[in-house]
Amino acid sequence: MDCSHVFEFKVKRLIVVFTLFLAFLSVSSRVFAQGDTAVVSADTAVTAAHVEGAHGAEHGEKKFEPTKVIMEHIADSHMWHLWGHLSVPLPVILYTPAGVEFFSSGNFHHGEHDYTGSKNTYRLVEDKIKIVGADGQVDEAASSKILDFSITKNVAAMFVAIAVILIIFISVAGAYKKRVGKAPKGLQSFVEPIIIFVRDDIAKPNIGHKHAKFMPYLLTVFFFIWINNVLGLIPIFPGGANVTGNISLTFVLSLFTMIIVNINGNKYYWKHIFLPNVPFWLWPLMVVVEVVGVISKPFALMVRLFANITAGHIIVLSLISLIFIFKTLAIAPVSVAFVLFMDVLELLVAFLQAFIFTLLTALFIGMAVEEHH
Amino acid sequence: MELVTPTIGLVFWTAVAFVCLLILLKKFAWKPILAAIHEREQSIDEALNKAELAKHEMARLTAQNEELMKEARAERDHILKEAKALKDSIVHEAKTQAHNEGTKLIEKAKIEIENQKKAALAELKSQVSTLSLEIAERVLRSQLEDKAKQQDLVANLLKDVELN
Repeated sequence: MDCSHVFEFKVKRLIVVFTLFLAFLSVSSRVFAQGDTAVVSADTAVTAAHVEGAHGAEHGEKKFEPTKVIMEHIADSHMWHLWGHLSVPLPVILYTPAGVEFFSSGNFHHGEHDYTGSKNTYRLVEDKIKIVGADGQVDEAASSKILDFSITKNVAAMFVAIAVILIIFISVAGAYKKRVGKAPKGLQSFVEPIIIFVRDDIAKPNIGHKHAKFMPYLLTVFFFIWINNVLGLIPIFPGGANVTGNISLTFVLSLFTMIIVNINGNKYYWKHIFLPNVPFWLWPLMVVVEVVGVISKPFALMVRLFANITAGHIIVLSLISLIFIFKTLAIAPVSVAFVLFMDVLELLVAFLQAFIFTLLTALFIGMAVEEHH
Repeated sequence: MELVTPTIGLVFWTAVAFVCLLILLKKFAWKPILAAIHEREQSIDEALNKAELAKHEMARLTAQNEELMKEARAERDHILKEAKALKDSIVHEAKTQAHNEGTKLIEKAKIEIENQKKAALAELKSQVSTLSLEIAERVLRSQLEDKAKQQDLVANLLKDVELN
């Protein structure tokens, strides 16, 4: 693929960033190592405590566990944690063999209580909903049969992002209708260059004259990823969720890309896959390679977006965690400085990942609809 | 491992929400926005083309005007030249005609003067002859009042006749 020019300009900047970061890490690696081993032991201790049903220890003098904290922030949750013990309860929707259950996650009281619904008794174990049997123990066999369609933190955050996108673009569309033929104004003039960028720099060069058909998908994907990325960078309530850093979401997006690419693939595309222009003895191998290529392309899209955004969140949270690992306020300015730096970088990454996802989608569509080689 | 395992709930809601978003945006946002941008781009292109055409038209008109001005100037010069020639010829003609007329008039006047002179001379002659006759008559009368004198005269006349 001839999109190396896209990454080239970033390379130098990234080198600088990594040098700084590695320099910083080498100073604090000793502390990190100590913390990590502590985490592992503490982790096992906590799970043991959970199984025994002893919750009393949780509010006592507890060792700070950065891995647990970070993973809790990265992962999906049935509650939207605000601060301290305050969190927004979210609706739980369960599809069980016995029927559909619908209740608020507030009933779990942060996992401290079991909830008895109309069908079963449920318990929140490490943010997974499990069925509690008659003996008061988690019934793993029954739990594996329930399908969790809850409006989790990520789903709610995604709905917020969708609301933001709809508000922005429907109002912008209104502005276009109101100001026919006039120069853009306000939000319109912010959004228009990006739309034109997607059209002229992503869709047109990669897809060619057939780009108009794919513009709605490319624009939607671009703004959906971008707005979700940016909202994920906001640490307070409506933002902060790791939506685009969740493999489920990137899986769905790359699945859509794969479907669109293959539905629109013309005879040249399929000929290239099943009848590649190679010596006959290479044919069986090439077909396998090409078929794997059909799946690996969207797979790479899925992993790239997930890994980039998750990594960004992990780095920011790690830097913040340093304050609690060192247990001193003196490290705070360093942490804040690096977090600020990372946030600015993440702002770039937020745009860049949306851009790359859209660009590669356009590239794959372009390869599928290309008339001849 | 949990981090990289898709969960059914989020997959389901993402798919539903994304498809809804795609449909809504396609209908209410992308269609009007892209159409409006396309329309505006076309109108800008058109306006630029028109401006270019107008510029050419303007240049053409200016050139034409220049040409016209040149022609008009040449025409004016030509007309002025012609007018001058005409004037000259008219003046010349008038002059010659006047001259001719003058000479003719002078000629006529001369003839008239001559005639008048002749007439006057003739009249003068006749007047002189009448006058001389009258004088002669009167002289004779006065001379012949006296018998002696008549005699003398006759004698003289006779003397003259004898001399002849």
